[in-house]
Amino acid sequence: MIGVLDYGMGNIKSVYNSLDWEGFDVEIVSDVAQLDDLTHLIVPGVGAYFKAMENLKEKALIQPLQDFVASGRPVLGICLGMQILSTLGTEGHETPGLDWISGRVDLMELDDLPVPHMGWNALVFHQSHPILEGIKDHVDYYFVHSYRFHIESESDLIANTEYGTLFPSIVAKNNVVGVQFHPEKSQENGLRMLSNFCEWDGTC
Amino acid sequence: MLKKRIIPMLLLSKGRMVKGVEFDNFRDVGNPVSQAKIYNSLETDELVFLDVDANRTGSDFDKMLAVIDAVSEECFMPLSVGGGIHSIEQVRALVKRGADKVVVTTAAIESPTLISDIAESFGRQCAVVGLDVRVQNGRYVLYSHCGQRPIDTPIEAFVQKMDALGAGEFIVNSIDRDGTQTGYDLNSVRLIKSLTKRPVVVAGGSGNFSHLVDAFKEADADGVGCGSIFHFGDNNPIRARAAMMNAGIPMKKIK
Repeated sequence: MIGVLDYGMGNIKSVYNSLDWEGFDVEIVSDVAQLDDLTHLIVPGVGAYFKAMENLKEKALIQPLQDFVASGRPVLGICLGMQILSTLGTEGHETPGLDWISGRVDLMELDDLPVPHMGWNALVFHQSHPILEGIKDHVDYYFVHSYRFHIESESDLIANTEYGTLFPSIVAKNNVVGVQFHPEKSQENGLRMLSNFCEWDGTC
Repeated sequence: MLKKRIIPMLLLSKGRMVKGVEFDNFRDVGNPVSQAKIYNSLETDELVFLDVDANRTGSDFDKMLAVIDAVSEECFMPLSVGGGIHSIEQVRALVKRGADKVVVTTAAIESPTLISDIAESFGRQCAVVGLDVRVQNGRYVLYSHCGQRPIDTPIEAFVQKMDALGAGEFIVNSIDRDGTQTGYDLNSVRLIKSLTKRPVVVAGGSGNFSHLVDAFKEADADGVGCGSIFHFGDNNPIRARAAMMNAGIPMKKIK
């Protein structure tokens, strides 16, 4: 069973629908007790970093999520769900994150380009990862965000994207992977990546 | 590199898809859900749904929710939804059903704090401000209520205020050009782009692919809204994308 975490941060239905369409057993998870039944967990999210962490705390989800990751089962963070995998967020005010992938999340500061970074942009693969199985380098995915991940260790970098500068669009460490774009909104190539995640055993 | 976007705009009236001229004389152009599925299969960049009755006759919001529900079950692509949105609860209901962005036009004028509320709850990228404009005495005049009521506030001040409140994108829609297929109002894009760093989508007037090329090349639009050009005739987003690539405009690569 694949779980989509509902912690009050936006569009979970699209992620649910896309996995259902691909034929996976999927459920929306908002209660700690449901985590035991899951093989995989997806953490979506739109909105502000501090609000996401606040909601996780309020729902007493932080420790159960730590335990879930420690169990070795795969976790996928999408968009804001990817950003909170970091050590620290600076949106609104400085907020500690889940700290599964070392680094911080800051506003994209670009002189001549619109922010939010909104639209289709290409992934430039940095190293292989099971979620990239069967996906070509340089195809476009749908992005919509104003903040970006600064990773500490290059070994956690899977793919970059160019927008004024290169920024990490896929990060991963052990059984945790995060994507800045929206695979559930990226048509065939997005569905393929979600399927790859659901078929991944969490080892690299 | 970020790609330019071609965005079909699906106008809704009582759950059907319609298209008019100068925001009036709407005629039925099909079922929005089946049309959205076709656009999805054509690997379209993004879809915008706008209920044109919402501020005219007060059509019910539930019909629009039902359309979005049905679309998001089978279309795994970016969806923006607008028309008659005036509360954060409506935004929440739309986002929950799979909308990525909401387009707020009349309420942005009447209760601007809705924009900051959306940005705070769902992020700036979720708050799209619609600018329905006509050229009058050489100036752009803003309209509310689906083109029915002119607004006194100068467009420059309004755009800057929306930007400061948390708008994440602007759609500038020329009422004069709407449905005429005579080409976009390129100056409207240039004006909005000079006032804000947010992405700007232009709508109203596209009739052939060179109009799309002009919007991208001459006015640096981030996206182009397309209505009549796809509704009436045999053009579609795949042909449009090919034409853009031939003109050297960066388009989404899928394989």
